[in-house]
Amino acid sequence: MEQWNDFRNGVWQREVNVRDFIITNFTEYLGDDSFLEGPTDATKTLWNQVMDLSKQERENGGVLDMDTDVVSSITSHGPGYLNKELEKVVGVQTDKPFKRSFQPYGGIRMALQACETYGYTPNKELEKIFTDYRKTHNQGVFDAYTDEMKLARKTGIITGLPDAYGRGRIIGDYRRVALYGIDFLIAEKKRDFSNTSNVMSEYTIRLREELSEQIRALQEIKQLGEIYGFDISKPASNATEAFQWLYIAYLAAIKEQNGAAMSLGRTSTFLDIYIERDLKNGTLTEKDAQELVDHFVMKLRLVKFARTPDYNDLFSGDPTWVTESIGGMSLDGRSLVTKSSFRFLYTLENLGPAPEPNLTVLWSKKLPEGFKLFCAKMSIQSSAIQYENDDIMLPYYGDDYGIACCVSAMRIGKQMQFFGARANLAKTLLYAINGGVDEKLKIQAAPKFAPITDEYLEYDTVLERLEQMMEWLAGLYINTLNVIHYMHDKYSYERSEMALHDTEIVRTMAAGIAGLSVAVDSLSAIKFAKVKVFRDENGVAIDFETEGDFPKYGNNDDRVDSIAVMLVHKFMNMLRKHPTYRNSIHTQSILTITSNVVYGKKTGNTPDGRRAGEPFAPGANPMHGRDTKGALASLSSVAKISYEDSLDGISNTFSIVPKALGKDEESRNRNLVSILDGYVMKKGHHLNINVFNRETLLDAMEHPENYPQLTIRVSGYAVNFIKLTKEQQLDVINRTFHESLSDIGPQPTENYEVSPTH
Amino acid sequence: MNGNIHSIETFGTVDGPGIRYVIFTQGCLLRCQFCHNADTWEIGTGKEMSVENIMQDITSYLPFIEASGGGITVSGGEPLLQLPFLIELFKACKQKDIHTAIDSSGGCYSTSQTFQDQLQEVIKYTDLVLLDLKHINRQKHIKLTGMANDHIIQFARFLSDHQVPVWIRHVLVPTVTDDDKDLHELGEFIGTLKNVKKVEILPYHKLGVYKWEALGLEYPLKHINPPSDEEVEKAYQILTKEVIFMK
Repeated sequence: MEQWNDFRNGVWQREVNVRDFIITNFTEYLGDDSFLEGPTDATKTLWNQVMDLSKQERENGGVLDMDTDVVSSITSHGPGYLNKELEKVVGVQTDKPFKRSFQPYGGIRMALQACETYGYTPNKELEKIFTDYRKTHNQGVFDAYTDEMKLARKTGIITGLPDAYGRGRIIGDYRRVALYGIDFLIAEKKRDFSNTSNVMSEYTIRLREELSEQIRALQEIKQLGEIYGFDISKPASNATEAFQWLYIAYLAAIKEQNGAAMSLGRTSTFLDIYIERDLKNGTLTEKDAQELVDHFVMKLRLVKFARTPDYNDLFSGDPTWVTESIGGMSLDGRSLVTKSSFRFLYTLENLGPAPEPNLTVLWSKKLPEGFKLFCAKMSIQSSAIQYENDDIMLPYYGDDYGIACCVSAMRIGKQMQFFGARANLAKTLLYAINGGVDEKLKIQAAPKFAPITDEYLEYDTVLERLEQMMEWLAGLYINTLNVIHYMHDKYSYERSEMALHDTEIVRTMAAGIAGLSVAVDSLSAIKFAKVKVFRDENGVAIDFETEGDFPKYGNNDDRVDSIAVMLVHKFMNMLRKHPTYRNSIHTQSILTITSNVVYGKKTGNTPDGRRAGEPFAPGANPMHGRDTKGALASLSSVAKISYEDSLDGISNTFSIVPKALGKDEESRNRNLVSILDGYVMKKGHHLNINVFNRETLLDAMEHPENYPQLTIRVSGYAVNFIKLTKEQQLDVINRTFHESLSDIGPQPTENYEVSPTH
Repeated sequence: MNGNIHSIETFGTVDGPGIRYVIFTQGCLLRCQFCHNADTWEIGTGKEMSVENIMQDITSYLPFIEASGGGITVSGGEPLLQLPFLIELFKACKQKDIHTAIDSSGGCYSTSQTFQDQLQEVIKYTDLVLLDLKHINRQKHIKLTGMANDHIIQFARFLSDHQVPVWIRHVLVPTVTDDDKDLHELGEFIGTLKNVKKVEILPYHKLGVYKWEALGLEYPLKHINPPSDEEVEKAYQILTKEVIFMK
């Protein structure tokens, strides 16, 4: 094909194999950041326009415009632009930017509520159609849920389940559209369709129906291209087209699905091959290349979905998880770092910091030095980057995987997950003590095991009961997820995203844990101190008093860290005992997103001294203020949790004040690189890096207008600080900021708290 | 072998190159008016920690430390008050190829045979000394720290004679240690040393004041504000004008 001129030949020309294309064609870059170009005038004009629209949106209560008449589909809306003359990459979700689409397939009630919350009235006809004629995912789930499942949802022992909204965490291989063009992809799918078994088992029937849907979706993606004036039936023939083709494919996905996380994959090094070719043949300059990247990233920053207040409580700050994975190593030992790896990160300078796209660096000890230092520099400058350990992921996923959402690795186009939110381990511990009675609602929520009646809790007894309770929870949890994903496939199938996967794929069932550090410290208190129980008139433990000190998770103390390792290991094995929908592989994550606040609200007093209602620590983080032995001790504790037991990711958010990182810019960059190197060598999985002073956040709470782009990393994603609720903002501010300065000598250990009443 | 330890910071980034595992020893002879660690003055208190315990702890941080080209720094307090402990600790570090630094004011330097023998031994295992020169003027040194500076000067010469690399550090306190004449004199002295790898001006700050208050002490420099960046730069120029840095 002429579009492939000057590319090196490979298997990729005969079959869909983007990885092979990348490996045979990419140009590793080992230099520093001195080649980078600033924003063009067009970029500045466009970004100002976006900032202005953002301001209007904020002033309008968080939403600027909503579609109330048209059900979003791949081809539902005509072309929309910021400024057609200036944009190098075009396309928005509806007919104009900042207008949120109506997506009812996950659940009509959520879609209606999302509109009504922001003062929009959806067309009555739509409500009727999706209530009377067309069932949604949400209704399907509730048709099948057991009473026990509904109760678990109500008590919050399992929360955040994607039973009323799109599950997301599926990454289409959007690069395929640029490399092959739609027609090639349709031909491949048609071939698979004609090659299925003729024995009409449930498996084959479902496969044939899904393939038909996928082929139809591909045809619609081609139409979407036409709406914007592009013929994407053939491969992209230059860099500009490659960006545009890829973006059209992604746009189709977000028009069709408002999944919780709509991640992009691993595109920068792929696109770099096109840029390199154009630079070589003189049709593109470095300035043009950066402009393309800036405009593409700007589009990714515009992704928006209509969501409800409940949803925003769980996932605060309007996140979309347009996660882009950058860097990493190849199996042949080269790094996959290209100049475009730099260009993508440099958007944080050219456009300023922003939470999206969720820029994720796949970190290896072996990455080129120049790139490492550049990452550190951009991180310190923007607090917008997260890091994940390529050295431990590569053996599992190879060298063409990407991160979905926050920490979920998957082979691009070859693997998907059934997103399963998380179970509350802290509450489970209380259930173990109370024989399955919910401490908040005072109802029998779990099987009626014998409660513990001792005045002082005894470790072995508590652990034994906890394990029983976890066994029950694991079963209920997996079965609940089976219902959810059966119905999601049935009523809200991600046809365009799955069309950009192989026909035979790996599926994982991704469970999760919340409240790990609370459960761990509670068990430590029971084991190493004396915990006295206070019970109400019905014998339900409602409070605890701890006599004596106990080791706390987050201080590199094996006595307690080993409890964390054990709980994660045990729960994983318990999950594995239960069969999964579509034989998906069991995994779990230790990640809360911002739901640590909601979980905390729904959980009573715990034996570690945490008061009822107080937030949990996010992800696998130690409880704030309890990791008192400094930054490295805290990191070392979290790194002990085995990735093998938590293949869907172990999230850690690390905040440090600039001064603590070093005296000058150079040593700060270097020390941050060393923290990351050290963390991956210790087999830690994920790290959010925040570098700022607490005072900045306090000031931003007072004067949000001065901080329109202040970005911070929370559990697995970044967020515009001023878009968080007051409660979430305080939660962030109250977390541990590592600021010990040996410059000022030994530090007292104090727990910094800003009380919500201020 | 045990040491009296005030506390440990696992992520020191300012006391030597790279990421430092910093041990603050307990006990000091000086009573510097700007001390930010007044809680480490008292001798013989603190927590007893064994070399073995410390080595076990530091080992878990080696990935971070090694990646950064860092190491261990023993600060204080005055580490030289616990030379036998320091010798054992640094010996153990060298077995693991860990970079070692002492952060000292030399306040307890003495010519006694025991001290000299032990000091000779410890510098075999010491890669760097962060040497605080508080004041070059004898009278003003007494006023500032409660002791004369003769033995501190001797200590600096000792290190120079033995070619132990040093980073000279000088805390710049406006009106107390920033006199032009004094700075020039100090610069001349530093110029005579043959082992200087770096000179650092530490701008005086008030971050340790709360410790004085917690100890029920009156903080003597209450009214003094930190120096400006220009003043710091100027002092740096003066102190380094005659230095030939050690390679």
